[in-house]
Amino acid sequence: MLHTVNKSPFEHSALEACLRYARPGASVLLIEDGVYAAARDTAVAKAVQEALQRVQVYALKPDVEARGMQNRVMDGVRLVDYGGFVDLVVEHHAVQSWL
Amino acid sequence: MKLGILVNEGPYNHEASDSAYQFARAALAKGHQVCRVFFYHDGVNNGTRLTVPPQDDRNIVKRWSELAAEHKLDLVVCIAAAQRRGLMDKGEAKRHGKDADNLAPGFRISGLGQLIEAGVEADRLVVFGD
Amino acid sequence: MTEENAGGRVKKFLYVNRKAPYGTIYALESLEVVLIGAAFEQDVSLAFIGDGVYQLAKGQDTKGLEVKNFSPAFRALEDYDVNKLYVDEESLRARGLSAQDLVVPVEVVSAQRMAEIMESQDVVLSF
Repeated sequence: MLHTVNKSPFEHSALEACLRYARPGASVLLIEDGVYAAARDTAVAKAVQEALQRVQVYALKPDVEARGMQNRVMDGVRLVDYGGFVDLVVEHHAVQSWL
Repeated sequence: MKLGILVNEGPYNHEASDSAYQFARAALAKGHQVCRVFFYHDGVNNGTRLTVPPQDDRNIVKRWSELAAEHKLDLVVCIAAAQRRGLMDKGEAKRHGKDADNLAPGFRISGLGQLIEAGVEADRLVVFGD
Repeated sequence: MTEENAGGRVKKFLYVNRKAPYGTIYALESLEVVLIGAAFEQDVSLAFIGDGVYQLAKGQDTKGLEVKNFSPAFRALEDYDVNKLYVDEESLRARGLSAQDLVVPVEVVSAQRMAEIMESQDVVLSF
């Protein structure tokens, strides 16, 4: 399954909830304010690093750049554009949006 | 693939409509079909023709109308959510005795069944919301 | 009734509820989708996670707010053959609630079981 998370991890529980239910082998795409979870050296970086052991984590590049986070993306998180977002949707059997 | 899109938030207030639009555009550019874009909750406000956004920023309503015209997209505004929030087409305005209608070009008002149908017909349904 | 069973396919639809009622409209309007959607005879499940579990709390009395109390509508789900209601165990516990505090019978599930349920769906609607 592809999971999208669009909320900042510092203000909302969406990322935490997503990671609780995402099964090994799933993909998590951070979009909108969710991309802040892709940044290095944050209070949630460890949780994201741990998640990377069992799921793929992507961040939507236009959202990362809009927020000035493009030089802070942690290793292991892959940036995709909207075309890549579409590909991820197509590649997975369903999409779950964590709002 | 056939993709369905659900937009739960209105224009400008939340990024959902922007994300959905860019996603739809990218999907069409890749040769996929967008079988329906369904607007629910405050998402129905994407269908008002009365917005006059600042000139130096994107015109969210207009670009949905233009994308619909270019690709013959089915933009559906939920009737129940629209009635709550004051979105009317000519028929609805007449039916409810309102003196104006405000539905933007390319959008149509219909029931929630259209959302379920999109879920059944599409290969994938993607939700954009708050 | 050609609108139902469009294409003759039956898909697994999951409605994910994570928001409390009344503070926002999502709880009410998502229930409206479930009720209308029931006519399409798909394989429907509802998940209540986080504050979403509050939607099912007994004793909702909205007279003082002068807003519609929509919690009785959950009892109508059974009549629409929507009876797979899954509630996250941890979310209930964190809020000091148990299944006895809810307006309808539900299946209280662990995170792992909820994850399995989610993974098996064809269409996931979040509000």
